[in-house]
Amino acid sequence: MGIRFVLFVNKQGQTRLAQYYEHVSIDERRALEGEIVRKCLAPSYSLPLLGSENPGFSSGRYLCSFVEHRNYKVVYRRYASLFFLVGVDNDENELAILEFIHLFVETMDHHFGNVCELDIMFHLEKVHFMLEEMVMNGCIVETSDVEVVEK
Amino acid sequence: MEQLRTIGRELAMGSQGGWGQSKEFLDLVKSIGEARSKAEEDRIISRELEYLKRRLADPDVPRRKMKELLLRLVYAEMLGHDASFGHIHAVKMTHDESLPLKRTGYLAVALFLDERHDLVILVVNTIQKDLRSDNYLVVCAALTAACRLIGEEAIPAVLPQVVELLAHPKEAVRKKAVMALHRFYQRSPSSVSHLVSNFRKRLCDNDPGVMGATLCPLYDLILEDPNSYKDLVVSFVNILKQVAERRLPTSYDYHQMPAPFIQIKLLKILAVLGSGDKQASGHMYTVLGDIFRKGDTASNIGNAILYECICCISSIFPNPKMLDAAAETTSKFLKSDSHNLKYMGIDALGRLIKINPDIAEEHQLAVIDCLEDPDDTLKRKTFELLYKMTKSTNVEVIVDRMIEYMINITDHHYKTEIASRCVELAEQFAPSNQWFIQTMNKVFEHAGDLVNIRVAHNLMRLIAEGFGEEDEGADSQLRSSAVDSYLRIVGEPKLPSSFLQIICWVLGEYGTADGKYSASYIIGKLYDVAEAHPTDDTVRAYAISAILKIFAFEIALGRKIDMLPECQSLVDELSTSHSTDLQQRAYELQALLGLDKQAVETVMPSDASCEDIEIDRNLSFLNGYVQQAFENGAAPYIPESEREGAISVSSYRAQDQQETSAHVLRFEAYELPKSSLPLAVSQASISTPTTDLVPVPEPSHYKEDNQMSRSQPSGDSLSGEFGVKLRLDGVQKKWGRPTYSSSSTPSSSTSSQQATNGGSSSVVGGSTSSQARESSYGSKRQQGTEVSVEKQRLAASLFGSSAAKADRRGQAGRKTAKESPTEKVATVNATPQPAKEQVIPSAPPPDLLDLGEPVSSRPPSADPFTQLEGLLGPASASPVLPETSASSTSKTADLLSIFSDDVQTGVTSGSTEPSLGVNVVAAKKGPSLQDALQKDATARQVGVTPAGNNPILFKDLLG
Repeated sequence: MGIRFVLFVNKQGQTRLAQYYEHVSIDERRALEGEIVRKCLAPSYSLPLLGSENPGFSSGRYLCSFVEHRNYKVVYRRYASLFFLVGVDNDENELAILEFIHLFVETMDHHFGNVCELDIMFHLEKVHFMLEEMVMNGCIVETSDVEVVEK
Repeated sequence: MEQLRTIGRELAMGSQGGWGQSKEFLDLVKSIGEARSKAEEDRIISRELEYLKRRLADPDVPRRKMKELLLRLVYAEMLGHDASFGHIHAVKMTHDESLPLKRTGYLAVALFLDERHDLVILVVNTIQKDLRSDNYLVVCAALTAACRLIGEEAIPAVLPQVVELLAHPKEAVRKKAVMALHRFYQRSPSSVSHLVSNFRKRLCDNDPGVMGATLCPLYDLILEDPNSYKDLVVSFVNILKQVAERRLPTSYDYHQMPAPFIQIKLLKILAVLGSGDKQASGHMYTVLGDIFRKGDTASNIGNAILYECICCISSIFPNPKMLDAAAETTSKFLKSDSHNLKYMGIDALGRLIKINPDIAEEHQLAVIDCLEDPDDTLKRKTFELLYKMTKSTNVEVIVDRMIEYMINITDHHYKTEIASRCVELAEQFAPSNQWFIQTMNKVFEHAGDLVNIRVAHNLMRLIAEGFGEEDEGADSQLRSSAVDSYLRIVGEPKLPSSFLQIICWVLGEYGTADGKYSASYIIGKLYDVAEAHPTDDTVRAYAISAILKIFAFEIALGRKIDMLPECQSLVDELSTSHSTDLQQRAYELQALLGLDKQAVETVMPSDASCEDIEIDRNLSFLNGYVQQAFENGAAPYIPESEREGAISVSSYRAQDQQETSAHVLRFEAYELPKSSLPLAVSQASISTPTTDLVPVPEPSHYKEDNQMSRSQPSGDSLSGEFGVKLRLDGVQKKWGRPTYSSSSTPSSSTSSQQATNGGSSSVVGGSTSSQARESSYGSKRQQGTEVSVEKQRLAASLFGSSAAKADRRGQAGRKTAKESPTEKVATVNATPQPAKEQVIPSAPPPDLLDLGEPVSSRPPSADPFTQLEGLLGPASASPVLPETSASSTSKTADLLSIFSDDVQTGVTSGSTEPSLGVNVVAAKKGPSLQDALQKDATARQVGVTPAGNNPILFKDLLG
């Protein structure tokens, strides 16, 4: 199956985009998003994110971008105010997913030009369409930028 | 600056809403965006839903407006509110002619409904129609929807069309058709089993996108049945080779890496195909070697590919050269400063040690560092590695560590996992029974409710059987130590149920065996347990049976024992319990108290829990009774099956029951037909619930029941035992005496020996390289020496291979001790370099995204200052690329502003920053200037301003 869900969450833990590749009821989604956000956002929040207050690598430690949750893993990455979280099966290559997130952000950037959180909020459906092009059935299918042209 | 702002405002005026959405929608987005708390957000959405309900009830909403309303519904559901009242409108929108509306309709349906929902049937028809469309974009939309919405029953309805579309001239359609077929395969493999050859065909598609997509279904198919696809190995290897040689269009490149995601998928497939197949693996070595050689360890994606290579190599038929390369890369990962890479390294190490356990030894210190890292994810991964490398020599250290960690975590899921791992390792490698019992006690104490009940029974068995040999003294010592420890623990609050069961059983069986504790003391303790857990019937049952046993042993020894008043009240209470099991036990106890010494001795022999009980299935001891009955003129028994005409007793009864209950609705399932038992009377006793509450075969209970029932005067309970037998042989017997009892001593002595070795040598090592270390490593290493001694000891106990190799290991320990400081120094020295290396290549390429990269990608060894210097340094120094240097300075400004806490500077960052930098960036990017201005203008129009509540909304995600 590979990818189980893709979530965009902002710093306050508010969902900005949610796409599940298997059926999850609304209540379960709520619970799951709450749990994951608590797990993923908490540690990195308290840590300097390449911050200017970070005096050097010896004291500023970086946690893994992966978190095990229930029986799968969540790979997450932060861009400015937004966290991009991807839930994957255990046999998935975490680093590749991490880079896939970046690729997705690049693609959005390509389309919107200097993409920001507001773009995603205003164009939720476009972001969904892009995601649909890149991930089908929980697999990464398209990684070239061409699909932007399609819309 | 001012100019740009005015232009923006003018643009906004002109375009009226900018994105073609109404003020209401923008308002909604704005208010959600600026909501400060979940509660506020919930309020906004509830209000919104009220409004939407009203609006959607209106019969003539314009179509474009409807799209917007749907998106607002999507928002509501995304934020966790039920918007099912609007689902039908999403379905309706899929009928729309206009493509954007149709797509939105499909999207909304896919987000709202799952394939089993009733409304989906209405969409299937639309999908069918759209698959026949002339416009390939409509076909694409329909195929995407098919991937999300077609359930098992609907597959036949669209399958023929999807198969046809596999040969569509447009590659986008072919790709989506492949994925739709893949989805059908996931849902119901049998429905498309005759079509799998299509996937093979599509693998040779001219378009790399279609080929890449085809890998997904093929991977699933190959996982299922690798043998049917061995012929494709050569093709896969060829494709991988071509991809690695950059034969694909550059649009598939990602950070100068050719189609990395396709490479990774191919490597996954090869790993499955080459597993245990020497010939197939033979084809792969060359290309894998190439990939390793080209491997780029400076970028994440390069490392992702290398990691996948390691996975592949550890899965296929081993090749020493490949393994060396894999081990080398793994050690690079482990030595990295990035937690992500360490994590991958630990995982890779876990794979490699399956093939060659010695690889781990080289990385002892790195592994221990990861184990002690505060990062939970890394720690867990390391425990996984330790679990894989556990042997009888290091089991004690590893399991101790695991338990220590287990105690401190709250995550239910992981606690269960680690507890069961502890149990598994302890059962497999326990050096001694004593240790095993202690370990199990700890596991039960902290996670008793999470482990399989089977484990509890195993533990009781072990205590009962002891070493299972002639050494009775050791056995009883073991038991009395168990009793001691349980008496200590039993008073503690909140013990898990299964642990209490063990405690009760052991106390009942062996509490008085060594004469250290008086019967009344033990009974008092057991009474306390029963009293403290009034709701747990199983624990109470164990407790009362244990009390019974103590009484029985005392009576058998001829000692007079008085019933404590509170104990008597407990028995009274239980004999009126709602649980028939507890009642029976209580009555058994009372009956036993009335028996004489002889009878009690036969009923409850002391320490006989391990004895087999002989069951006379023919009930031959009743022969005399039967004979007598015959003589008195009784009719001989005819088995029910052989009777003709006569309706059996049981069916009478069944009929009876049915008649009485015929008027009422019966909710429970029908009982399984019971074969009637030889004795008619047995009908009564078969339903006695003696074993109902303790479903797992558990020796003592059956035995007790058995023996109790034998002593009962009436014969009717005899059959209660029928068919129940102690199953002592079926249970795994994992702990054995011969190897373990002796190994514990040597291993501990070697580890201490090694510790001294390690200690002294680390001092030597310290002095040789102390200068370098002090300068670079600073404070962290000051406490280093003791820490490292401790770590060395830990390393020795974890990684030491066997007691026989003690000498060699001593040397090895010394060697690593000497190496470790220099190694560390080396990594420290090396760290500034990667940072620079990363930055320098990122400056020259004209793509602006790459410049922004260092910010977003969290480079492993990032010191932001050196990075900034790096950015500024080479770029501005090079006169050849004035544009890039200009933009890089602007980016730097951006960087600084992003990280400053001041809101004012935060405001100027992002799209509104009208500095020279943005100008350059925008000019280079073409449309983005206009975009940015428009974005800003629209936002302002609605009232979302960078100076508002939530300026961060404007921050560029990438820069």
